[in-house]
Amino acid sequence: MDGNLNALTTVFTEFYYWVTVVFMFLIHVGFCMYEVGASRARNHMHTLMKNVMIIPLVTVTFFFFGWWIYWAFPNFYIFGGSIDFDAGAANTPWSPNMATNLEDRITGVFWAAFLLFSWTAASIVSGSVIERIRSSALWVHAVLIGSVFWIIDAAWGWHWDGWMVKVLGYHDAYASGVIHAIAGGYALGVIMVLGPRIGKFASDGTPRDIPPHNPWMLTIGIFLIYTGFWGFYAACNVPIISPEVIDGQIVGTTWTATNIYLAPTTLSAITFNFLMSLSGGLMAAYVVSKGDAFWTFSGGLAGIITASAGNDLYHPVQAMIVGAVGVVIVYKLHYWVERKFKLDDAVGAVAVHGYSGVVGLIIAGFVLWGAPSSPYEGYATVNPLGQAIGAFIMFFVLGFAPGWAVSKIQSAMGVLRIPEEVELQGLDYAEHHAYEDAKSEIIAADKAALAQKT
Amino acid sequence: MSIGYDSWAVDLAEVGPVYPMQGWEIPMVIVGVIFWIGWHRIQFVREGEHLEKAKKIGDAEKVAKTLERY
Repeated sequence: MDGNLNALTTVFTEFYYWVTVVFMFLIHVGFCMYEVGASRARNHMHTLMKNVMIIPLVTVTFFFFGWWIYWAFPNFYIFGGSIDFDAGAANTPWSPNMATNLEDRITGVFWAAFLLFSWTAASIVSGSVIERIRSSALWVHAVLIGSVFWIIDAAWGWHWDGWMVKVLGYHDAYASGVIHAIAGGYALGVIMVLGPRIGKFASDGTPRDIPPHNPWMLTIGIFLIYTGFWGFYAACNVPIISPEVIDGQIVGTTWTATNIYLAPTTLSAITFNFLMSLSGGLMAAYVVSKGDAFWTFSGGLAGIITASAGNDLYHPVQAMIVGAVGVVIVYKLHYWVERKFKLDDAVGAVAVHGYSGVVGLIIAGFVLWGAPSSPYEGYATVNPLGQAIGAFIMFFVLGFAPGWAVSKIQSAMGVLRIPEEVELQGLDYAEHHAYEDAKSEIIAADKAALAQKT
Repeated sequence: MSIGYDSWAVDLAEVGPVYPMQGWEIPMVIVGVIFWIGWHRIQFVREGEHLEKAKKIGDAEKVAKTLERY
């Protein structure tokens, strides 16, 4: 680090991302609480373990290949592009940059910020499939969505050099599409093959509500997800950078925060817009769901997700309205799809993440029509068609299609879904009864010991 | 195993990697990948056996009680 200003900037930036990582951990805690709260008592431990083990599996695979994909794939054989081995070289798992290295103080922190997004993508899928998927099957999906497909979409549409940004003018500052639409689409592909839980639909096809085991755990879970989402927003920004470092079309010497595309925004803007879109989502969801507590809370999340594509540039009132409109569409769409296709999305993840992400991308195309997608020359500006194509790529091409195809293979091999008998008796049956038996045995032993003393 | 330095009496501007076994990164990654794939294999086999066994262990009365617990 040459020069005190450079040193200070590096130290500030590495600490900034490090703090976002700690905050984002709360997203995973929230997802775990939400899933366990939504599952029935007979499946608690299995549900929790299924989500917790996403952490190590996605982490190691993101180290082995996920991070390299982000740097090597921005122009992956699209419009004459290829794999960029030069850019990827410093981010291979055997690179000295990916280790304890006094010449590189930031790669690990930056890697971790992206990794936490990977956990989120996998965790979104995990929620939809509770109480009937085999853990082994889910963990394959977790690796694929967390360390392959979402990071390909990030390279394409969430990278200053991504082909979608250059050619389509794709704009998705806080990941409406690159995390939420893809993960929702992927979850839809999986549940379409996996099928609903026993009892979800009556014999005439009418859907039944499967109430959460513990509503309070769900509530705390979703509030923790809100909290972690703050960290996520901050992690999507470059906190401070000079125009010389950006090396684009920006003139003058004013340092700025930027979005992932290195286009200017402010922490103030995203704070306004995060809260206003949360509020718009909560208010609209309360009205449209007639005060249903869980749809209202999820609506807050859906509001933020819908507005996220453009929350670096929206006016706060726009963020509020976009969040509210998104929630109404998503709510209606969720029930229509459930009735029409008999799909069991146990926590509403396809709707809250997938549909919100798609709707948010399309709305951003209209509201930000003509805005520069990048500080670099020659990039397409933001436009409705580019955003719609982008939404299709995120939800269907990189989300739904691989989720459906891999699930089909797993289903054909008989390794996707748990046996019906196990689903009825509960995935924790053996553990629960082993626990009850051990408890009875030790209580009996204690009583016998007490009887001998008296 | 050396990290390449036996004293910190150095100019930090000239110090790069400081982990042991430098030059062995690719073999270390191969070991890591084997550990990861091996884990999936062990878990997959165990879960299959467990579910097969679990299909038969359910005592009807206990299962009914479990369903009631919600």
